Amino acid sequence: MPLTVTERLAANRFEVDEEEPHIVVDQDLARSTGAGPLLVAVCPAGVYSERDDEIDVEYAACLECGTCLAVAPPGALTWRYPRGGFGVSYREG
Amino acid sequence: MVTPTNDPDFDVIVVGAGPAGATAAHRLASGGLSVVLIERAEVPGAKNLSGGVLYASVLEELFPGFADEAPIERRITRHVTTFLTADSAVSLDYSSHTLGHPVNGVTVLRARFDPWLVGKAEEAGALLMPGIRVDSLLTQAGPDGRRQVAGVRAGDEELRAPVVVAADGVNSFLARDAGLRRTPAPHHLAVGVKAVIRLDPGRIEDRFGVRPGEGAAHAIVGDCTQGIGGGGFLYTNQGSVSLGVVLRLDALQASGRSTSDVFEHCVRHPGLEPYLRDGEIIEYGAHLVAEGGYGMLGEIAGDGLVVAGEAAGLTINNGFTVRGMDLAVGSGIAAADGVAEAIGNGDVSAAGLAGYRRRLEESFVLKDLRTYARAPKWLERDRLYGAYGELSADVLRRVFSVGTSPHRPLRALARAALSDSRVRVRDLVSDGWSGVRAL
Ligand SMILES: Cc1cc2nc3c(=O)[nH]c(=O)nc-3n(C[C@H](O)[C@H](O)[C@H](O)COP(=O)(O)OP(=O)(O)OC[C@H]3O[C@@H](n4cnc5c(N)ncnc54)[C@H](O)[C@@H]3O)c2cc1C
Repeated sequence: MPLTVTERLAANRFEVDEEEPHIVVDQDLARSTGAGPLLVAVCPAGVYSERDDEIDVEYAACLECGTCLAVAPPGALTWRYPRGGFGVSYREG
Repeated sequence: MVTPTNDPDFDVIVVGAGPAGATAAHRLASGGLSVVLIERAEVPGAKNLSGGVLYASVLEELFPGFADEAPIERRITRHVTTFLTADSAVSLDYSSHTLGHPVNGVTVLRARFDPWLVGKAEEAGALLMPGIRVDSLLTQAGPDGRRQVAGVRAGDEELRAPVVVAADGVNSFLARDAGLRRTPAPHHLAVGVKAVIRLDPGRIEDRFGVRPGEGAAHAIVGDCTQGIGGGGFLYTNQGSVSLGVVLRLDALQASGRSTSDVFEHCVRHPGLEPYLRDGEIIEYGAHLVAEGGYGMLGEIAGDGLVVAGEAAGLTINNGFTVRGMDLAVGSGIAAADGVAEAIGNGDVSAAGLAGYRRRLEESFVLKDLRTYARAPKWLERDRLYGAYGELSADVLRRVFSVGTSPHRPLRALARAALSDSRVRVRDLVSDGWSGVRAL
């Protein structure tokens, strides 16, 4: 059984919106509130990682659950669903 | 789509083609109203994920014999509730073929099931617009000068209708946009993480002890979430099983663990391995689920707007079963009838739409939510996810371990296990008593 997140995600279908990322981090706010470790921990798809005091967002792998938004300090994330036609497509669900 | 005038394009705009929206659209269109059903996924269901046990009676009333027609996976005839510890499992196992006929619970995979239900709405005359994300509500000044909802905006296009049904699911950006709902508190939300694991149907039947067409639903508490409030589930589909964990966000945060690690711990759990052996993960997904029950229900009608399904927080988790889809269907019916009545009376203000709330109160939806109103609070007690499983496993270990030293009576074994455990008698009595009252 594939065990890493990346391996599990590889079975999914994604249509990446190259023009319009649907997640944007306010880096200053995230830094001042220490939101990084929390975002990294809660995301089931491993979208967030921390690098040199910045939060990196691999939005292409997002499963669109909204967990990060629900726990993030207010204002730290601008998070919306991807535009119609983009993002994850479940074939099972 | 751009309309130069302010004339309505439809009688009703339904946003979200999950069970709530599809049911509402079906019923409104069946009543002769012009309805558009807008869905952000290219194909209905492609954004949706649930554990998968749909309690069927409300759909059976709407579409008699639906289980023979709809793409369901299996009729659930076996319910197993398991306390899992690191190295043992204590289960309550209930099975009965009577659960299959008349149909009670069935497993569904949403990417297959939702298109079927949406198809019913389309047959009734609703227009499906897939692949469109609604960005916000359109408002205008009503006769009394108050802002009222008058349609939706998607990109730079606008669609107008006197009533909008927000059936946009747990995140419910539309209801929040309208000021009807606040951002839910972390203890009112859980994240569900799930894998669909392919397994041969014959193997499923052998491993889960069910007949062809029948299936099992395992609810798992304890070590599968590493003690985090919530639980695990293992449900049988036709040629796959759905394995997942549901983690309350406050408890997840407090644990400091990573969601993904908890899920991996569950997939690898030795207590589950015999069911999953040689399975292949064919999909990995995540979705939030509302956990607040009745206490989370807020305003569900505004001027020109009603909120249905999980957008209104309508779910029940009593520890044994998770319900949301049947409640979504039930609220879709109540919303449609309330909206049709308001349109008929020419008053789509919040007061004119109050018939929705009344119908919801009278239906099984809010009756059941009230019955389980205390469950969420009870389920926040941490001992349920660790100490009790360990205690019952310890009692049973003492009961079943036979050596050469004489066995002590069961009562003495239980007392010894209790005194070794973290659980105090006082807690046991209190949790037990509140549990009985909550459920
Ligand atoms: C892990 C997990 C396990 C569960 N297990 C069960 C179970 O076993 N049994 C059960 O009955 N329930 C279960 N539930 C709950 C159940 O899935 C939901 O309660 C149910 O799907 C709610 O139906 P709905 O129609 O209200 O919302 P949804 O099914 O979420 O549908 C909302 C729809 O709106 C669309 N949408 C959202 N925003 C927009 C927008 N802006 N524009 C256009 N479209 C939009 C979405 O794409 C989606 O199709 C579970 C949930 C989870 C997460």
